[in-house]
Amino acid sequence: MTTLSSILAGSLQGYILVSLLLFLVGLGAVLGRRSILIQFMGVELMLNAANVALLAFARFRGGDAQGTAFYLFIIAVAACEAAVGLALVVGLYRHRQTTDTDRADALKQ
Amino acid sequence: MLKVAWLIPILPLLGSAFHGLLGRRLGKAAVTAVALGCMLVPLVLSGLALLAVQAAPGRRIDLPYFEWMAAGSMHVPFGLVLDSLSSAMALVVTGIGTLIHLYSVGYMWEEEGYARYFCYLNLFVFFMLTLVLGSSLPLLFVGWEGVGLCSYLLIGYYFDTELASAAGLKAFLFNRVGDLGMTMGMMALFAAFGTLTVGEILVKAGHLGPEAGFGVLTFATLMMFVGATGKSAQIPLYLWLPDAMAGPTPVSALIHAATMVTAGIYLICRLAPLFLLTPITLTTVAWVGGATALFAATIGLFQRDIKKVLAYSTVSQLGYMFLGLGSAGFAAGFLHLFTHAWFKALLFLGAGSVIHAMHHQQDLFRMGGLKAKLPVTFWTMVIATLCIMGFPGTSGFFSKDEILFLAWHKSPGLYAMGLLGAACTAFYMWRLMALAFWGEPRDRHAFDHAHESPATMTVPLALLAAGALLAGLLGLPKIWGGSFAIEAWLEPALTFGRAELAPAAAEHGGDALAWGLMALSTTVALAAGYTGFRIYRRGPAAEEAFAARFPALYRTLSSKYYVDEAVEACILGPARWGGNLLWKAFDVIIIDGIGVNLPGALTRASGDIAVLAQTGRVRNYALGMAIGAVLLLWIFLK
Repeated sequence: MTTLSSILAGSLQGYILVSLLLFLVGLGAVLGRRSILIQFMGVELMLNAANVALLAFARFRGGDAQGTAFYLFIIAVAACEAAVGLALVVGLYRHRQTTDTDRADALKQ
Repeated sequence: MLKVAWLIPILPLLGSAFHGLLGRRLGKAAVTAVALGCMLVPLVLSGLALLAVQAAPGRRIDLPYFEWMAAGSMHVPFGLVLDSLSSAMALVVTGIGTLIHLYSVGYMWEEEGYARYFCYLNLFVFFMLTLVLGSSLPLLFVGWEGVGLCSYLLIGYYFDTELASAAGLKAFLFNRVGDLGMTMGMMALFAAFGTLTVGEILVKAGHLGPEAGFGVLTFATLMMFVGATGKSAQIPLYLWLPDAMAGPTPVSALIHAATMVTAGIYLICRLAPLFLLTPITLTTVAWVGGATALFAATIGLFQRDIKKVLAYSTVSQLGYMFLGLGSAGFAAGFLHLFTHAWFKALLFLGAGSVIHAMHHQQDLFRMGGLKAKLPVTFWTMVIATLCIMGFPGTSGFFSKDEILFLAWHKSPGLYAMGLLGAACTAFYMWRLMALAFWGEPRDRHAFDHAHESPATMTVPLALLAAGALLAGLLGLPKIWGGSFAIEAWLEPALTFGRAELAPAAAEHGGDALAWGLMALSTTVALAAGYTGFRIYRRGPAAEEAFAARFPALYRTLSSKYYVDEAVEACILGPARWGGNLLWKAFDVIIIDGIGVNLPGALTRASGDIAVLAQTGRVRNYALGMAIGAVLLLWIFLK
C-alpha cells in the first residue's frame, strides 16, 4: 500500500499513472472510433499525456528547464498540427462527403 | 607517284561519301562528274603504279603507313603493297570500273536513286582496291567483307521488290559461310607463322621444306579455298550468284562478273607459294573448279533469262580459273581472270543494252531480230561471244587453252570436264545470240520501240570489245611465237623468290601435244557453237521439241538440277524445323515460362497473400503502429 499512499501524497508515479491513463484513453479513441474528428482528439490526448509525463519528470528532477522547454515546444507544434489535422478533416469531407475513416479505404487493393 | 599511292583506294571512298551526303542535293550532273573523276584519277595512278613496279627491284614496293593492331605477339601493319600481281589487278579494277561507271551513267540516268547507286558503286571500288592492295590478310579481309557488303547493297538496289532484297540476303548469307572459312584460314596461318602480313608469311613459308605442306598448312589453304568458293561462287557455294542478277545490269558486269567474284582467284594467287606447298589443296581446287566449270555450263544450256545464262556462264568461267590455279597454272588462271573481266563485262553490258532497249524484257524467248536495231550492241556482243567460246586469236582462246593444256597435265579427267564445259559454253552463247539477234521478233511491241543505247553506253561497249580482243596478247603462248608474257610478269609475286616453285608444266609434252589439244578444243567449241546457232536461228521452237522428246532431262537442266530445292529440303527445311522447335519448346516454355513468367507469377501470388493485410483503414494501421511501439519498448526496456 506504500505505492498507493505515495501516489496520493503526490509522488512521481502518480503523475506517470495519470499520463499513462490519458495516453490509453487517447489510443483507445484513435483505435476504437471511426470518426476522424474523434480520432484526431485522441491524438491530441496522447500528445498531452506526453506533456504531463515531461512536466512530471522535469519537476522531479529538480525543476529541469529542458523538460519545460520541450513542453512548450510541443504545445506550439500541437497547435500547428491541429491546423493541419483539421484541414485534413475538411479535405476528406470534401472528397468523400464523410468523416468515417473506414470508408476512406482507397489504399486497399 | 608512290607518295600518293594511297589516293588509289581513298578517292573512290571520298566519292562515295560525297554521293551519299550531298549527291541528292547537288543533282545528277555533279554526281556524274565526281563518280567518273574518282575512277579516272585512280586509273591513271594505277597505271603509274604499274610502271613504278616494273622499275622496282623484285617488282615489289611495300608502303607501310602505320601500325594498325598490336596485341601480344601480333603486329599488323596498315599498309599497301604494290607488286606485279596487285598492280595488275588494281589496273583491271579501275580500268573496267571506269568503263562501267561510264556505262552506268547512261543506264541509270532515269533511275530514282542515281546518287545512291553511285554511292554504293564507288564504295565498292574502294573496298575492292583495299582487298587488292592491302599488305596484310586482315586488311585484305576488310576489303573482302566490304565488297560483300556493297554486293549486298547493289543486288538489293531495287529494294522495293521482294525478289531483289531476298537475293541480296542470299548472297550475303552464302558469303558468310565462305568468310568463316577464310577467318579460320587466317587463324591457322597466324598459328603457323605468327604473323598476318602476306609478305612475311610468304618469306617464312619459303624456308619450309616440301614436307611442311601437310597438317596446319593444308588446313589453312583449304580454309582459304572455302572462303574463295564463297566469294567466287564455286560448288557448293555458287547458288547466290545467279540470284544476284536481280541487281542493275552494270552491277552484274562490274561486281558479279569482272571484279568481286574474282577475289577468290586473286586470294589464291596472292598466297600462291603456300598453295604450291600443299598439293592436296591444289588438287581439291582443280577438281572443284573443273566440276563447277562443267556443272554450271550445263545449267546455262536452257535458261530463258538472258542474265541467268550469263550468270551461269560466269560461275562456269570462274570454275575454269580455279581449274587453272589447281593445275599450278597461277599465271594462266590470272590471265583468264583478266580476259574474262573484259569479255564478260562486255557481255553483261551488251545484255544490259538489249534489256534497256526492250523495256526491261529479259526473256530470250520474247526477243529476236534485234541485229539491225542495235548494231553496236550486236557487233560488240559477237566479239565477246567469240572470245568466250575460244575462237582462235581472241583473248578467251589463249587463256582457256592454256588452262586446258595445264589441266591435261594434271589429269585427263579434268581436261575432259573442261572440254565438255567449253562445248556447252559455245552452245549456250550462240543460243543466246541467235535468240536475241536473229530470227523473227517475238514481242512485236517491244521490238518496234527498241532503239540503240546512248553514247555513254555504246562507247564503253566498243572499248571493252577492243580490250576483249587484245587482252589475250599478254598471254600469247610460245607455240604462237609469243612468250606467255604474263607469267614472266607475275613470276616474282607468284613464286616469291623461290624459282624452283615456278610451274614447269608448260615444258613437257612438247609442241605437238599443245597443238593437238588446241585443235581439239577449238574444233569442239566451233562445232558446238555452230550447232547452237543453227538450232536457235529460227527461234525457240526447236527447244520446245527437245523438251517434248526428253522431258526429264530438259526439266532437270532448266530447273538447275533442283539444287535450290535440295538446299531448301535438306538444310533450310531442317533448320527452320529446328528453329521452330527451339522457339516453341525452348523459348516459349523454358525461357518465357520458367525463366520469366514463373518468378512473375510467384511474386504476384505472394503479393496476393500480403495484400490481405492492407485493409485501407486508418485504425488498423494505427493499431499496427501502437503494437510496434510497444514491441520496441519491450525490446529496449526488458
